[in-house]
Amino acid sequence: MRITINGKECWANPGETILKVADREGIKIPTLCYLKGLSPTGSCRVCMVEVDGGRMVPSCAFPVSEGMNVETNSATVRRSRKTIIELLIANHPQDCLTCVRNGNCELQKLAEEYNVRGRRYVGERRTSKLDVASPSIERDPEKCILCGRCVRVCHEVQGVGAIDIAKRGFQSYVTPAFNHSLNTVACVFCGQCVVNCPVGALREKSHTKKVWEAINDPDTRVVGQIAPAVRVALGEEFGLEPGTEVTGKTVAAMRRIGMDVIFDTNFSADLTIMEEANELVERLQNGGTLPMLSSCSPGWIKYIEHFYPDLLENLSTCKSPHQMQGAVIKSYWAEKKGIDPSKVFVVSIMPCTAKKYEAQRPELGDQYQDVDAVLTTRELAQMMKTAGLEFSKLQDDYFDDPLGESTGAAIIFGATGGVMEAALRTAHFKLTGQECADIDFKPVRGLEGVKEAQIKINGIPLKVAAVNSLSKIQPLLDDMRNGTSEYQFIEVMACPGGCINGGGQPLPSDPEKTEKRMQSIYKIDSSLAKRCSHHNESVQKLYEDFLDEPNSHKAHELLHTHYLNRTEEL
Amino acid sequence: MALQNSFQAIFSNCWHTAENPCKFFIDCINKGQKCHQSQASNERVQRFKDELLLVYHDKPVILIGMGTCGLANGAQKVYNAFTDELSGMDVDIIQTGCVGYCAEEVIVDIKLPNQPRLTYCQVTPDDVPQLVEETIKNGQPVAEKVLAYYGNGQKITGWSDFSSITDIPFFSKQKKNVLDNCGVINPDNINQYLARGGYVALSKALNDMKPEDVIQEMLDGGLRGRGGAGFPTGLKWQLTANAKGDKKYVVCNADEGDPGAFMDRAVLEGDPHKVVEGMIIAGYTIGADEGYIYCRAEYPLAIKRLEKTIADATELGLLGDNILGSGFNFHLKIKKGAGAFVCGEETALLNSIEGKRGMPRPKPPYPSDSGLFGKPTVINNVETFANVPVLIRDGAEQYASVGTDGSKGTKIFALSGKVKNVGLVEVPMGTTLREIIFDIGGGIPDEKEFKAVQIGGPSGGALPESVINTPIDYESLKEIGAMMGSGGLVVMDETDCMVDLAKYFMTFIQSESCGKCIPCREGTKRLLEILERLTQSHRSEHSVEESMLRFQGMVYLERLSDVIKNTSLCGLGGSAANPVTSTLKYFRDEYEAHLYDRKCTAGSCRQLLTYKIDTDKCTGCTLCARKCPEDAILGERKKAHYIIDEKCIRCDQCRSNCKFDAIVVE
Repeated sequence: MRITINGKECWANPGETILKVADREGIKIPTLCYLKGLSPTGSCRVCMVEVDGGRMVPSCAFPVSEGMNVETNSATVRRSRKTIIELLIANHPQDCLTCVRNGNCELQKLAEEYNVRGRRYVGERRTSKLDVASPSIERDPEKCILCGRCVRVCHEVQGVGAIDIAKRGFQSYVTPAFNHSLNTVACVFCGQCVVNCPVGALREKSHTKKVWEAINDPDTRVVGQIAPAVRVALGEEFGLEPGTEVTGKTVAAMRRIGMDVIFDTNFSADLTIMEEANELVERLQNGGTLPMLSSCSPGWIKYIEHFYPDLLENLSTCKSPHQMQGAVIKSYWAEKKGIDPSKVFVVSIMPCTAKKYEAQRPELGDQYQDVDAVLTTRELAQMMKTAGLEFSKLQDDYFDDPLGESTGAAIIFGATGGVMEAALRTAHFKLTGQECADIDFKPVRGLEGVKEAQIKINGIPLKVAAVNSLSKIQPLLDDMRNGTSEYQFIEVMACPGGCINGGGQPLPSDPEKTEKRMQSIYKIDSSLAKRCSHHNESVQKLYEDFLDEPNSHKAHELLHTHYLNRTEEL
Repeated sequence: MALQNSFQAIFSNCWHTAENPCKFFIDCINKGQKCHQSQASNERVQRFKDELLLVYHDKPVILIGMGTCGLANGAQKVYNAFTDELSGMDVDIIQTGCVGYCAEEVIVDIKLPNQPRLTYCQVTPDDVPQLVEETIKNGQPVAEKVLAYYGNGQKITGWSDFSSITDIPFFSKQKKNVLDNCGVINPDNINQYLARGGYVALSKALNDMKPEDVIQEMLDGGLRGRGGAGFPTGLKWQLTANAKGDKKYVVCNADEGDPGAFMDRAVLEGDPHKVVEGMIIAGYTIGADEGYIYCRAEYPLAIKRLEKTIADATELGLLGDNILGSGFNFHLKIKKGAGAFVCGEETALLNSIEGKRGMPRPKPPYPSDSGLFGKPTVINNVETFANVPVLIRDGAEQYASVGTDGSKGTKIFALSGKVKNVGLVEVPMGTTLREIIFDIGGGIPDEKEFKAVQIGGPSGGALPESVINTPIDYESLKEIGAMMGSGGLVVMDETDCMVDLAKYFMTFIQSESCGKCIPCREGTKRLLEILERLTQSHRSEHSVEESMLRFQGMVYLERLSDVIKNTSLCGLGGSAANPVTSTLKYFRDEYEAHLYDRKCTAGSCRQLLTYKIDTDKCTGCTLCARKCPEDAILGERKKAHYIIDEKCIRCDQCRSNCKFDAIVVE
């Protein structure tokens, strides 16, 4: 059909919203509550446009109709939008200078775009206390503009529902049940609320101070490691295109910041595969609990501990890669180097907020916690800015040995389906003694919520699934509860798209950015000579020197863990 | 058991039951038994109807108006007094709904055999012994308590002082299409409803009309939504009937929440079957087999009545499966609302039924496409559904003969405030506000001047004398800056301040905003703050900046009101600024007096008043100084006193205690 926007005729498909058509035509309409892929709520009203000479409608929710005449820049529209921004500002702390979102706040940006240069409306402000008790996520409800994006993501995408809007009207605020802290409700700390928050109402618990202190301490050896998904996203913080691979610059930056040794979490991703593939093979051959569920995503682990504790037996006992890495650093590497492990400070650079919570789980460490601090991609960028590093001028640097070597199987851990694909590459070898003819398991790739594949290895038929975003795993878990699950192995990543769109990644979350980061991940994989975890020589050497073999007693002590039923906890 | 004394029991030869329903059941009641007809059976039916309608009865019948309004005025005590006084006597006491004349509550009707029904007003328990003694026992009316009699207007011998109920001014200009049974029948007795033509419309729709015929009839009748917006009901039904869906719903919005509105409550308490009948017809028309009545929990009596209504109608086969043998099924459920004003907004109401937070959804999609549980849904309010049986029973032509070109039929208003005859009135569309306030309402009490009438509740507008000759219909009201709303009419006199009125309604809207959309949540708060600053004393301002905010606010009042109106998500927000814009339009001088002179001409903004002592009148009795809680009054005994304005909190203690009228308030 044909519609007119700002006097210009354009084509539109029936059912499309005005916002979508305008976006395609290069006409920008501001939004605050709108979230791509979710049904519109039309609550913020900044995307209002004038239709057919007078009627104001929300363009995010309003469908186009034949011959419709839309004005996105009339006097009424501009005045309405500006007034709405002014109303938000009237009830906002306005401490932009010290806000975590200073410079990338959507409200700040709108105030700038609409030339808000004063406080037109003055009066009472809603006050509330900070919630900083959780190890991962901090809430500052006074900054909240009640767009509801966090609530919708938490309910609709993650199926968790840890937060909702309480009270009415001017008293409304977003809160966990009974105004509890996030720390004492069934929040899984995935951080999807953080990456979807337009303002500074939600942020990660910062570990930068802790890391600077460790760097400044001459007696402490600071060992950094970075997750696969960080290297395809960090560049965005410095103006590069989403998906640009910046591994070498990241390593260089970490060294310049002052970290002593830089390892790659990809090394332990390969190690994880050795353990996890073995565990799967064992379960398949010895009648173990099936389907086996992957255990790399700490948000997912907390989710199953809260909501499906009866299925904990199905979880792989493997620690997540950065925890394995920490354990290996503080044992194998420290021993080899003759360093007192108590003087080693392991910093993980992660795309994830739940990893902060994971790192302090008491069972993930022996004498010392495996990992001492977790920085999100955003926090690393923050530290780089503080350190005065000019990103574009950094020379590529390389990971240190021996925990710096990795294969293509490790890099794809960053995207949904990657753990599954990596595990299948190695499981095939374990079961058949032969390499896969085609190691690209394409059916488990892509951003779809549930992807399944049926394969035959050595005559054994395997049905597997890779799931991303927690709401999508619920039906599969219900099937398992009912004993009707047909799968042998399910990979679960808590965040939509996997770690590439984790709660610690550059803001704001956007499906297009996720797609680009994913393409980059698979490009790196295909460019590598070694693409299977069992080809990682450093991992082989680790087994020879230290761990004996996968699933050995020593491996179990260092690389495996157990889980808790958290239904009683709340 | 209820059936033993019912029409079904009277048709003794009839083998039909609720399980085995007959399509002619309602016809048999109204036109005589179809099968097994005999002189005897016809007489039996007629006799039963006469008994139900009190045409024939052999013992005295007392009918007490026991709607919520009656109960609030002490109807229960009157009822108890009658039962005590009548113990051992063979008299029927029936509880009815509200006849609408709230100013005259408690209203008691007494009907003696072979005498007209007499309405007594302002009955207290103390009046009961006399009524029993003189009227029940001796058959003589207690003249000073009589309001009117029911009848055809012929004067009754010996009762020359009494007028017919249709002749007294409160009722004479009304046209009771919807309220005809309220206060007249026992709402708990389905047989009385049947005897007065109840379910005839349903029978007609099911037996003689196809769904599209009903829609056409509704369109021709011109009924528009009585909830306030005035969308053509027939069109709404047509859209829902045409929408694709494996399941459809009918929802009745009984979440009446406007301050000063009690139309729907009166209908539900006084004639609940009419609403249910309308809903069943809607279900048949759009192809729905399930309906919900969303009634606020603050209406416990209405809910109790509805529960009985649904049970009785189900027992007679008028609800449930295979209604009147037509093959059409319809089931009704009641859902209690928890008291949020916004749940009167249709999409918020649907969310609430679904168990979600009561917040409006963006439209489109409209409920006719995607309503309750995402299914096509007709949602109308109580009064709209109660109009349906009237329209279908009488036919579109007769229905449309009442009203104006664009607005057909009648409208119920809850008349309250500074008006003599507070109550519930039903008038033809096109009646003027003046007729309602001055002819039906009897004008302003205490010889005060009329100032304004607030129409349409908190979302409506305050209208001055200059426009009250406007005929009431949807379009005319919009033109003068108000809206039909659900039907609240609050009358104000010269002592009511219009800025204060706007502030009152803004306080209400502000606390009832759901908080979903920014203009309503934040904007109404700022509007309220601007109005609060206008009505506050300079003493509560501590800096020049604070004082400037009053002027700044006044400048932004209209701009902000406009944006709230244009951009809010739902009707609540869309009309939230109406009390401000309408008072600004008609009473700007009052705003300016508040702003520039800090004067409230009506004298109701306490903060702006100044208390002074007239030294000529003051005798120095010291009473005021002793009563003053703030020690703001100084003076020697027997000499004129003086009020320190800075200390005075305007509590009015001095003025109300002064025996010499020496305290002057400006």
